[in-house]
Amino acid sequence: MTAVMQGTDSYLERFSRFEPHVAGRDWAPFQPVRRAALARFAELGFPTTQDEDWRFTSVAPIAKTAFAFSADGGDDPARRDLTPFTFAGLDCSQLVFVNGRYSPALSSLRSLPAGVAVSSLANALTMYPDLLEAHLARYADYQGDAFTALNTAFMEDGAFVHIRRGTVLQEPIHLLYLSTRTAAPVITHPRNLIVGGEDSQATIVEDYVSLGGEVYFSNGVTEVVVGQSGVLSHYLIERESPQAFNVSTLRIQQDRSSSVASHSVLVGGALVRNNVHPVLAGEGGECLINGLFMATGRQHMDNYMRVEHASPHCDSRQFYHGILDGSSRGVFHGRIVVHKDAQKTDAKQTNRNLLLSEDAQIDTKPQLEIYADDVKCTHGATIGQVNEEAIFYLRSRGIAKEAARALLLFAFAEESLQRMKVEPIRKHLEGLVERWLPQGALLEAVR
Amino acid sequence: MLEIKNLRVKVGNHEILKGVNLTVKAGEIHSIMGPNGSGKSTLAQVLAGREAYAVTGGEVIYQGRNLLEMAPEERACEGVFLAFQYPVEIPGVGNTYFLKAALNAIRKHRGLEELDAMDFLTLAKEKMKLLEMDDRLLTRSVNEGFSGGEKKRNEIFQMAVLEPRLSILDETDSGLDIDALRIVANGVNALRSSERAILVVTHYQRLLNYIIPDYVHVLVDGRIVKSGGKELALELEARGYAWVEAEAQAATAATA
Repeated sequence: MTAVMQGTDSYLERFSRFEPHVAGRDWAPFQPVRRAALARFAELGFPTTQDEDWRFTSVAPIAKTAFAFSADGGDDPARRDLTPFTFAGLDCSQLVFVNGRYSPALSSLRSLPAGVAVSSLANALTMYPDLLEAHLARYADYQGDAFTALNTAFMEDGAFVHIRRGTVLQEPIHLLYLSTRTAAPVITHPRNLIVGGEDSQATIVEDYVSLGGEVYFSNGVTEVVVGQSGVLSHYLIERESPQAFNVSTLRIQQDRSSSVASHSVLVGGALVRNNVHPVLAGEGGECLINGLFMATGRQHMDNYMRVEHASPHCDSRQFYHGILDGSSRGVFHGRIVVHKDAQKTDAKQTNRNLLLSEDAQIDTKPQLEIYADDVKCTHGATIGQVNEEAIFYLRSRGIAKEAARALLLFAFAEESLQRMKVEPIRKHLEGLVERWLPQGALLEAVR
Repeated sequence: MLEIKNLRVKVGNHEILKGVNLTVKAGEIHSIMGPNGSGKSTLAQVLAGREAYAVTGGEVIYQGRNLLEMAPEERACEGVFLAFQYPVEIPGVGNTYFLKAALNAIRKHRGLEELDAMDFLTLAKEKMKLLEMDDRLLTRSVNEGFSGGEKKRNEIFQMAVLEPRLSILDETDSGLDIDALRIVANGVNALRSSERAILVVTHYQRLLNYIIPDYVHVLVDGRIVKSGGKELALELEARGYAWVEAEAQAATAATA
């Protein structure tokens, strides 16, 4: 407990030095929200396992680490360092952030259709002040969530994407967050705002990667706003070093008849918390929440879903698949909240997990809060091992044991990946899964 | 080709096979018949390498090698094929992908060039025609959502593609209507040759009208108690298994 208090104190002290640094700049309009968020963080402190929403995840390693707020002395990555993180066969604009700062040199913006604005959040402050005023920090819950509060207090940079009404953005926007080798563990607070207008369409990829193997902490918050009949797909890729801490919060605000898909693939990080929080705020909205998490060694991956049905006739579908090896631990917390007026809600949640070792562990917890009376809500969770019958069947046809195992694991992962519609991204992620799987290289021989 | 000598097999503490002897030569078709629970399926699964069974005695020589020392995949690569009584559903693994992987693993083992996707598809379509199967089954996951008859046909389809030297059919006839039975039998007969052998495990004589065996063996309580020609199957069909069991008991009593 003492360590946690110390952790909180150090952030308060830090804020007193940080605030003057941003107060006089374009960030001035956000000073009140920063202060409110910091005050709230001071009250909340870092969550403990006594907190129901954090029962299975201790953030003590984060609270105890003294993080530096800037990455002075960090390596300067070159463009070729980005090659492993690009999607073959996909033309797309890439915004690159190095240790939390936008890097114009590494970023590549292609020509975008009229009605699409893409920039760093810091630049958007001067270019699109009205949009920021209207949306930034309006959705993500800094009152209830300590990490969102911390991010809101310290936000400085991130991505801004705006798709004007009726505009279709064919090419995905790739947001790449690179962490490099630094002298001391660094904390960053990436803050993204994605605004899709009425009847617009876009795909955004949020991708966290490491170039060094050190301890650091990415505490990202992304607010996504989708207007009436808008369509938006969001991908989160967590492939950081096995030392990294990552808390990613995705808050989605959906207007009438909008359709949003959130896809997550988590393979990296020491301690990862993946918060996905859509609010279906207009009638007839639909939301797909699709995820795959694969942990090994001592990795800890916590997926916290909060799907809020705030209007009638909305559909939500959650599908999360976990593969846990080594001494890793996985958490799936799926909460569905159906507000009083959200009649005819159709909400479904499925979490399936494979445990590959005796020491791996999964906690899965569905939670339904239903205040309407005419709704359809279902949930199901399974925990199991690789099907030995299926392995024998494959072997009896000539496929080697290890390849058979890899094949079955890949098929399990593929159920999640298949829902990802952008083919070059899906192929890239299939490769990521193949490389992760024990004996995954064998798949190449049999594919 | 296959020589089973005094094979004894246990599951847990329960002895299921109590000294099975059987010799199968290339070009021959043998049928193993017997009442439920006599150990027919156990024998089939042990030959394919199922690890849940413990071999406690005897030996199995296949093409001059100790079959029991070989991993299931090695047996398959050496030409052993089991048509499962209960084919396993494998969601997410495509039928085509699976079978191409199997065929290429076997071809590689035999020093043959692997087939590319196009060549494989040509081969697969040809064999599907033989089994009167719908092409669409190729794009589905292995056995997933297949009807009982489709699953059995899929087994024989795999057999037709992999061209094993020793095929073991484990109650492939059960649950098939007469048309499907005829189609499956055609598929099996197409594979008959002087280099191959087939072991047909069945409870009923019906299938043997279409796949005519050279020898029929009756397995009762873990032992082969009677062997004969194809007419033995007809006799079993007419008279049931009770008389063979009674004969076997009398013989055991006499030697005791």
